[in-house]
Amino acid sequence: MSVAGTPQDLVDGAPATEPLIVARGVTRILPGIVPVTLVHDIDLAIGGNEFVAITGPSGSGKSSLLYLLGLLDLPTAGEVRIGQRATVRMDEAERASVRLSTLGFVFQFHFLLPEFSALDNVMLPMRALAVMGDDAMRRRATTLLASLGLAEHAHKRPDQLSGGQRQRVAVARALANDPPIILADEPTGSLDSKSSEQVFQILRDLVDRDNKTVVAVTHDLDLAQRMDRRIRLDDGGIVSDDVAMRDISA
Amino acid sequence: MRFRVRQTLVAVAGVATGVGFSIVMAALMQGSQADFTRQLIDALPHITVSDELRKAPVQPAETAFGAAEIHGLTPEVRRRGINNPMAIMATLETWVPGAVAPATKSQALIRYANRDVGASVQGIDPHREPKVSMLATQMRVGTLASLYRASNAIILGNRLAERIGARLGSNITVQTTDGARITAQVVGLFRSGIRSIDESTAYVLVKTAQILAQQTGLVNEIRVRVADPMAAASVAQRIERETGYKSVAWQEAHEDLLSAFIVRNIIMYTVVGAILMVASFGIYNIISTITHEKTRDIAILKSFGLREATVRRIFVLEALLIGLVGALAGWALGYALTGALGMVEIRNPMIDATRLPLVYSFLHYLVAAAVALASSLVAGYFPARKASRAYPVDIIRGAT
Repeated sequence: MSVAGTPQDLVDGAPATEPLIVARGVTRILPGIVPVTLVHDIDLAIGGNEFVAITGPSGSGKSSLLYLLGLLDLPTAGEVRIGQRATVRMDEAERASVRLSTLGFVFQFHFLLPEFSALDNVMLPMRALAVMGDDAMRRRATTLLASLGLAEHAHKRPDQLSGGQRQRVAVARALANDPPIILADEPTGSLDSKSSEQVFQILRDLVDRDNKTVVAVTHDLDLAQRMDRRIRLDDGGIVSDDVAMRDISA
Repeated sequence: MRFRVRQTLVAVAGVATGVGFSIVMAALMQGSQADFTRQLIDALPHITVSDELRKAPVQPAETAFGAAEIHGLTPEVRRRGINNPMAIMATLETWVPGAVAPATKSQALIRYANRDVGASVQGIDPHREPKVSMLATQMRVGTLASLYRASNAIILGNRLAERIGARLGSNITVQTTDGARITAQVVGLFRSGIRSIDESTAYVLVKTAQILAQQTGLVNEIRVRVADPMAAASVAQRIERETGYKSVAWQEAHEDLLSAFIVRNIIMYTVVGAILMVASFGIYNIISTITHEKTRDIAILKSFGLREATVRRIFVLEALLIGLVGALAGWALGYALTGALGMVEIRNPMIDATRLPLVYSFLHYLVAAAVALASSLVAGYFPARKASRAYPVDIIRGAT
């Protein structure tokens, strides 16, 4: 694995003012007979320990932007930097290793593997990173699940859990390798209001207590209001960003 | 989840069926092959050394006048029988890996209560005969030693006895074409299961047969049974080289049947191969379907940053696991089906009631399992490779 440093290095090495995620002129066009522009000319910088909402009407490109920031998709033009590292020239294996160690994903649907217990699902990214022994991985996964109130559900399979519980397992899985950045795509989109509130609180705590950076796509404006910064997209471009753009050339 | 369990079970069952049936077919095909071979080998002594020569003897006149063609010669009559049979047998016993027994064969008419039946009357040595043929085990009434019970004792094939109406203790008349005639007492009945033999063969002592042939000391056949039937041909060649007498191994005696055998072999391998192939397509189909359906899981795994090779390995392992469980279940199924087939009894007027000949060979199990595992591997690998190359975002986008 060719990661320059552990996730912790990335956070420690960069002062809080240094942006953790930088997008410069990011444009993504789906090729086809009629090419579709998902996002265009996105410039933004997200620092450490931020809680950012990406909002906008459906089809505005907010999820597409999140996938681009999360290295799940490649921009047609422009570049994304994660923790000062240029990702443009990375191959798929390098991008995969950055995702594995630096980024945690939570999707609208939990996407847990149905054959595995909650504990095993949380351990999957740790196994892939392969820096911990089996016992250490198990301990960490147990601790993570317990911290999200799922201690007694660790050995259940996803189909034995409620929607909110599954989504919390998915959050635990995103935190498995202790990444500095959590990217969430409509994390409460498929949950009832109570579970939704629980998951939101967990994300809030990640920012306030664990100094993580959380970037969440949501169409729920009330939820977005409770985050620290709102980036609004329309038609693939940023129409407002209620925190002034930092000087990204520095 | 329930759907997946059911589907995995179907996959395992598919593999098991393929493996099981190919095992049964192989057991049946090879079993019948082996049974056929055994019948051929047991029907006759492995090697028969007779007093015939391979080529018609050259007449003295032809040797004397090489350039001329001679017509109307009275050919020199050779005295029948193997010269000095006891010495030849003694020599053979020193090197042939097996047993040797003498026989005196002649054709005769067997007559009882005005019924005449032509038969081959064979003089045997009751002590040596059990070592070279299955006759002793085929006795239904009496034993070979019963031949010593009367001065002229005879053992008849059971169908031959039925045809002339003779029973144990009947005194029958045996008459040769040369006019020799004796009265013999029936002391035993045998049944080989082969109709043509049971209808027209009788056994007497060598001494009695010599009286019938009107030639003292005549032995016109030496029977050899070798430890390894497959080596019979080369042993026969050596006997022929050393003694000069025509010696025929069972392979030569059944040359026509053995060539039909090659065809049977080809059929067998084709059938078993076809079953394995059909089975492996089924296995491929089921496992690749399952892997395709996991494309979403694969995309998710990749989105965390699992590498393609890791993802691929997981799914290939899963496919192999299905293949392995299926192969083991297939072994059980194959074994059970073979056992069930072994219960089937066949009644055939030509032979005794028998069961289906089946062979339990570990090789069949190994080959069937290997084919199943190989096709699961291929079935898991290619779809997994394709799926592991998909961009996760395409699939996640589709799902949300």
